[in-house]
Amino acid sequence: MTELLHADAVGCTVGGRPLLADVRLTVRRGEILALLGPNGAGKSTLLSVLAGDRRPTDGRVRLDGRPLAAYRPAELARLRALLPQHHEVSFPFAAGEVVRMGRAPWAGTPRAGEDEQAVARAMAATDCAHLAARPFTALSGGERARVALARILAQDTPLLLLDEPTAALDLRHQELVLRIARERAEAGRGVIVVLHDLTLAAAHADRIALLDAGRTVAVGPTGEVLDAALLSRVYRHPVEVLAHPHGGAPIVLPERPREAD
Amino acid sequence: MTTTVVKPEEASTGKTGKAVRDRRPLLLAALGIALLACALLAAGTGAYRIPLGDILASLAHRAHLGGHPLERVPESVLWNVRLPRVVLALLVGGALGCAGALMQGVFGNPLAEPAVIGVSSGGAVGAVACIVLGLDALGSWTVTAAAFASGLLTVGAVYAMSRSGGRTEVVTLLLTGVAVNAFCGALIGLLLFTADTAAISQVTFWQLGSLSQASWSKVLAVLPFAALGLAVAPRYARRLDLLALGERPARHLGVDVERMRIVLITVVALLTAAAVAVSGIIGFVGLVVPHLLRMLAGPGHRFLLPASAVGGALVLVAGDLAARTLAAPAELPLGVLTALIGSPFFFWLLRRTRRRQGGWA
Repeated sequence: MTELLHADAVGCTVGGRPLLADVRLTVRRGEILALLGPNGAGKSTLLSVLAGDRRPTDGRVRLDGRPLAAYRPAELARLRALLPQHHEVSFPFAAGEVVRMGRAPWAGTPRAGEDEQAVARAMAATDCAHLAARPFTALSGGERARVALARILAQDTPLLLLDEPTAALDLRHQELVLRIARERAEAGRGVIVVLHDLTLAAAHADRIALLDAGRTVAVGPTGEVLDAALLSRVYRHPVEVLAHPHGGAPIVLPERPREAD
Repeated sequence: MTTTVVKPEEASTGKTGKAVRDRRPLLLAALGIALLACALLAAGTGAYRIPLGDILASLAHRAHLGGHPLERVPESVLWNVRLPRVVLALLVGGALGCAGALMQGVFGNPLAEPAVIGVSSGGAVGAVACIVLGLDALGSWTVTAAAFASGLLTVGAVYAMSRSGGRTEVVTLLLTGVAVNAFCGALIGLLLFTADTAAISQVTFWQLGSLSQASWSKVLAVLPFAALGLAVAPRYARRLDLLALGERPARHLGVDVERMRIVLITVVALLTAAAVAVSGIIGFVGLVVPHLLRMLAGPGHRFLLPASAVGGALVLVAGDLAARTLAAPAELPLGVLTALIGSPFFFWLLRRTRRRQGGWA
């Protein structure tokens, strides 16, 4: 598997407060890396550094072999797509038009011819083809989330950054989103996904990067990082890790006080 | 919980979206034809009536396409009084309509209008200062030039003050605009406080907005700014669509948001300052016209920008015709008329949008 994105000793200090320090991680083509950590650990800051929104104050990020800062915005838009946490559209554009906006970076390139197909495929994959004509502003939270995901998929980039893509979704659509992420990874893309549900991460990610107070405290295969002692320390709450009865995938549960039998 | 009803078969094939898209060229053509008809009507209507046939003959004659010149009086009325006024209304309306659509797009907010970044009140300070202090360095052009310059200067100041670290936050920009508008209002008040009665009445009339001082030289003064703005704006239509997703998503799609904002705010400032300089303050055109068009044909800027320019021109040509004929021989101030009709209309729009979408969108 070839390396797609590499963060080397990345630090980010804002107003004298270090938000990130010495973050090291790599995403390869063909894998899903889950970014985990308690609230305030710096996941969103790290994601915006990896997306090129925010310049790190220390270290650097390389995307496809080149420093992130060396790309022009239009080039970057053909290499990475980011699904934001919140989905707002200022004017009542139809959902289909919103998805089509994802194709903007390809306008004027030889691949602009694939626009129709890419939009149709993305909307079919996210189960929102039937919403195409509806104004985005009139959609429910879950529908918006799927249309926004379709826009990112239509952008058709080697690197996908998903910021809590399952937050507004019901069980079926949560699984749908992570299955799509898996398909993309199998097609040779790299996926970074921020999740809060550790069991969901355990079931779908290849590797996990665990952040605590702006530092990567562990980066590695799912089974190794999801260690009860490590998680209990990072989340400041006792945690149990069980094995699923079928297949043995880790199930992470917070320890709860039990009522007497 | 949505209130928009879409039949399943329409939704699956996207027919509704297509119907709206197909309507766009038709709507643009209809607006263009209405504008032309309204302009011809305005050219013929007034204390001295000129029949349509004569107008066309005279126009054709001047364009060396046959036709014939009119008698001395109608020819003079048409070419020295009516046409400069109609053309000026067309340019000012086009500039205001286009500037309004750009502002709403740049700020991703349907309530934005050029006045919020200080261009109108800044222009007013310049004009009022000239009138009250009796400045006439540029002869009869002094007020116009001062309004234009101070309008641009004010926008520049608002923009410079709201920047920090190479970025501009929209909320900061809007709040800076609010503060600067209040400051300009205070300056105007201070100037009026020191003014004599004649100056006060002149200021009042200037602020009400009117095209009664139209002339070919004013048309020529506005033309380059209107042409520049109307030429640059459509080049940003696609990027403005992307900006509706928010600044960060637009950047992720390759848009240089900060640069685009500087260019477009400059364009808005030029368009509005030029309009304010020759006509005073004419409100609500830039706010209501893009709104109405968005409701009719969707929010895509490739349609919205040119249509708002044509629609703004239509509203102003029709408005100016009404302003000078409704109470003839007296003339209503155009700015008063547009606000008088525009504000209840805007209120109706607000109510309607709320009913339909359960909130502003």
